[in-house]
Amino acid sequence: MVQAKAPFGVDAPGRASVGKRTLRTDRWWYQPNATAILLTIWVAYATVRVFWRQYYFAAEYDYLSPFTSPCVSASCVPGSSSLGVWFGTFPVFLPYAIITLVFLLGFRTTCYYYRKAYYRAFARTPGACAVPEPHKRYHGETRFPLIIQNAHRYFFYVAVLISLVNTYDVIHSLFHGIGLGTLIMAANVVLLWAYTLGCHACRHAIGGQLRHFSKHPIRYKLWKGVSKLTNRHMQFAWTTLGTLMFTDWYVWMLSAKVFADPFYIHF
Amino acid sequence: MGYTAHFRVWRGDANGGGLVDYEVEVNPGEVVLDVIHRIQAEQAGDLAVRWNCKAGKCGSCSMEINGYPRLACMTRMSIYRQDEIINVTPMRTFPVIKDLVTDVSFNFEKLLSIPAFAPPPGLQPGEYRMQQEDVERSQEFRKCIECFLCQDVCHVIRDHEENKKQFAGPRMFIRLAELDMHPLDVADREIAAQEDFGLGFCNITKCCTEVCPEGIKITDNAIIPMKERVVDRKYDPLPFWRRRRRVEERATPQ
Amino acid sequence: MGQPTITRHSSDVLIIGAGGAGLRAAIAAREAGKTVTIVCKSLFGKAHTVMAEGGMAAAMGNVNPHDNWQVHFRDTMRGGKFMSHPRMAELHAKESPMRVWELETYGALFDRTPEGKISQRNFGGHEYPRLAHVGDRTGLELIRTLQQKVTSLQQDDKKATGDAESGIKVFAETTMIRLLMRDGRVGGAFGYQRATGDFFSFTAAAVIIATGGLGKTFKVTSNSWESTGDGLALALRAGATAINMEFVQFHPTGMMWPPSVRGVLVTESVRGDGGVLRNSEGKRFMFNYVPEVFRDQYATTEEEGDRWYTDPDNNKRPPELLPRDEVARAINAEVKAGRGSPHGGVFLDIGSRRSEEFIRRRLPSMYHQFKQLADVDITKEPMEVGPTGHYAMGGLEVDPDTQATNIPGMFCAGEASGGLHGSNRLGGNSLSDLAVFGKRAGDAAVAFVDEHGHQTPKFSDDELQAYAHEALEPFRHAGESGYENAYDIHRALQEMMFSLVGIIRTEDEMREALAELDKLDERAKKLKAEGPIAFNPGWHLCFDVENMLLLGRCIANAALLRQESRGGHTRNDFPTMDPEWRRTLLECSLDGGTVKVARIPGPKVAPELMALFDRHELEKYFTTEEIDEAEAANRAGGATAATGEGA
Repeated sequence: MVQAKAPFGVDAPGRASVGKRTLRTDRWWYQPNATAILLTIWVAYATVRVFWRQYYFAAEYDYLSPFTSPCVSASCVPGSSSLGVWFGTFPVFLPYAIITLVFLLGFRTTCYYYRKAYYRAFARTPGACAVPEPHKRYHGETRFPLIIQNAHRYFFYVAVLISLVNTYDVIHSLFHGIGLGTLIMAANVVLLWAYTLGCHACRHAIGGQLRHFSKHPIRYKLWKGVSKLTNRHMQFAWTTLGTLMFTDWYVWMLSAKVFADPFYIHF
Repeated sequence: MGYTAHFRVWRGDANGGGLVDYEVEVNPGEVVLDVIHRIQAEQAGDLAVRWNCKAGKCGSCSMEINGYPRLACMTRMSIYRQDEIINVTPMRTFPVIKDLVTDVSFNFEKLLSIPAFAPPPGLQPGEYRMQQEDVERSQEFRKCIECFLCQDVCHVIRDHEENKKQFAGPRMFIRLAELDMHPLDVADREIAAQEDFGLGFCNITKCCTEVCPEGIKITDNAIIPMKERVVDRKYDPLPFWRRRRRVEERATPQ
Repeated sequence: MGQPTITRHSSDVLIIGAGGAGLRAAIAAREAGKTVTIVCKSLFGKAHTVMAEGGMAAAMGNVNPHDNWQVHFRDTMRGGKFMSHPRMAELHAKESPMRVWELETYGALFDRTPEGKISQRNFGGHEYPRLAHVGDRTGLELIRTLQQKVTSLQQDDKKATGDAESGIKVFAETTMIRLLMRDGRVGGAFGYQRATGDFFSFTAAAVIIATGGLGKTFKVTSNSWESTGDGLALALRAGATAINMEFVQFHPTGMMWPPSVRGVLVTESVRGDGGVLRNSEGKRFMFNYVPEVFRDQYATTEEEGDRWYTDPDNNKRPPELLPRDEVARAINAEVKAGRGSPHGGVFLDIGSRRSEEFIRRRLPSMYHQFKQLADVDITKEPMEVGPTGHYAMGGLEVDPDTQATNIPGMFCAGEASGGLHGSNRLGGNSLSDLAVFGKRAGDAAVAFVDEHGHQTPKFSDDELQAYAHEALEPFRHAGESGYENAYDIHRALQEMMFSLVGIIRTEDEMREALAELDKLDERAKKLKAEGPIAFNPGWHLCFDVENMLLLGRCIANAALLRQESRGGHTRNDFPTMDPEWRRTLLECSLDGGTVKVARIPGPKVAPELMALFDRHELEKYFTTEEIDEAEAANRAGGATAATGEGA
């Protein structure tokens, strides 16, 4: 953070200076701080879990953690590679689902909602509305690296494929039996779809780019449906962070035999 | 029922100024603008404030109340505690003229720079046919009352005077989106949105949407769709998307 | 203060006022190649036009194909109780569709019909669905569209000359305080920029007055800050004449409480959906106010009135739905009888009669308006409502085809002009008025410049300095005892006008009002302004108050003279309409600084236009002699004027 000597921003010459950073008296700092804390906790949890490479598969129930899906290397525990083994043994530092993780991370990082969240929480550009940001210069997303945000739609395409894989995981586990874990995984997948399809790039592709809805009635209907999800994109973004974490934790617990899946029925 | 409120109103001009204290009577049901008017009529006849309709329809009385951009005519006193000090300042993104009045000519200059609606050549008045679902998106943006609170709150220019040259601001982005989604407009402003009007500066932190008194979803419905359209035209390498789909549609009005 | 600097600016056409009429005139003048200056009191695009909600009346026949200009003409004449200038009403009805369609070519987006045409809605007094609209913000659409068209013309000029302001230059937040006259001709205007207090003179070969109404003369009004009748007052001082000043439209239901929103409109649909009016005793008083002529059409018991909402075919409508002027008068009478609400209105109650769900679904904007502005939940509490000053039918007397005033070079359009609306304006007719006659005024100004040359008169520095010196007078009395600020006089004027010259008038009250105006005039001679000259509202109000005092006098004088009740003018001592008064106009002018109101004959209705009505209806308004004369003329001319109707 560069602290300027010369007055700038709201204190620039000609503007009404009040000698204070902000006159806001509400708890404007609460939301960016809470966002920062929650995101940090989640990233820390996810980092530990993907690099740990343990307790990601509850073989007894055929539950695979979404953090490790798909598990397609020779290092994966037996039974977890329902989509086959595509790679040899992974070195110890490589998460098993590295190919999907890169894209999932990219999808969420370039997401129009998360961008708002972390720009506010970490970059503080701005921390809250009408609260000065701490940087002397600002170029937004006009240059490298942030110009990469424009690739969001490509991450979206891959995210759709990954959501298909996650859906497959649930269906695959149903061949084994059904239990509370199945329901948790299914709920997670439904919410993941709601988050993924509510993506602004999806809304654009499905119909937002059209000039005449009246000439494309089906796409107009789809666009209206997607718009409803987009309106709740923030809620789905947070809910799915929670359900992803919870689903993974649940698989961990079952896999580590801390407790058993209640009401499980074997087929 | 009434009470005495403690106001701090910014008094001064381009050469400087500061917050001045006023003890002023407040009656039930009043809005901040009523209180400002009472200060004006009883204690400071020369207190400059811009206002017109006093019903949230013209967008004149934009100012910052306790540091937050608002229309003074739509801010009820009841949202503040009676013992609270209420700070009222002019919009702090624009040069101050006097007291609560700022020079908003920046916005009018930007409005002048946006290429106007371009009707299809040869289409006569009375021959325009448009479907309701095709005009609705643009109609949302035409609800704009040009209060410029979105311009005021936008950190791109609020915190960086030097960006004013390259960045047009949220109000201009909804104008660009309005024209780009207009079912009969034949001009192309998508590349210009990025290159001339600085769409890329926006980091979609949504303060414009938060302060909009008309409830226009500036970020979700205008800025992000415009960013996606810019991606279509400028960044996406796949020719499928780069096809000038909308431009082709324009050539054949209904 | 030393000698102020005066900036001079010159153009072919000067337009004072940037509402719908002013901007439409500017577009017309610029498209004809003239250089235009627009001067307005507020920021560009904030004029009172934005407040219009309902729509813009134009007989396009998009929703009902039977609609045509003749039907619209008839509705306008009936609405104005046949006082409307027949030629203006004819031009208005004929030209408004094209003015609406033009807006689409500027980028306006009206709501649509399923065929993709402009949708049209029903409105009081209009026989067919006729109002082009955008939700309930049509005025905003009109002003924004015209503003954007002006901007687009400036872009064209920039391409051609490199200077965007070479063709149209807008001086926002600039107040005109005097018209510049030379040899009986207008040659521009003089005023100051609000932000700086700097003086400006704008010389022009033609001047268009488009300054709107005078609602701020009344305490309770739906009008915005700007509606102080400036252009009217300036023109009167320059020798122009005004007509119909006694006709002021009061809407029966404006918000009364809280004070912050006093006067803001409450839509008629509240009553249409079941809302009823009650006095402080909780009684539905409207049953006591059904006039004889409406006896047969309105319910006599609450039970019957309540049944009408669900079964309108077998029951009569409740008296809350009487015409606006009747309801406004009834509310006024209840308040005067001491049965009003705590804040001087009556109660409009829908919360106890309809479910919360119903109210929120049917009246979302009203629910929102009261919730946000008044913190009143209309689903639970009654609203306090009362009549609110809404529109001035009167204005400068103009030629119906060219909008030219009696002063060469001076034109007038919009609410500032009088004639079209007669004694009462129909909803939706004001926006179309702005577009139709704004364009006509612009065209006529262009023709005037072409005929008389671009040369603008010269005004010497000494003359302009004298005007500036006079304008600065209030500052010379800052802090002086015996002098008062304009706020107090304005408040006193508004209260006096609303209570005495408001909705109900009597001869005694008019005389009292004129006596009060004498006192206020005396007080207004001793105005002071404190503080610096830059953006000083206390100083600005001095000019507004003087204008409103002048117009208040025109209204009171005309209201005293007109011994009948018609439309926006109700005399308790003369409660009926009089056909002799129909053909008499009251013309207000200044004679050596004194307001003079004279009776002049009104315009004749052309026989072919008379033929659009049947005799039975005409008999209510016209003298038998007038009707016979028109019928004879039509027979002689083998009149076929009524053709086209129902086509």
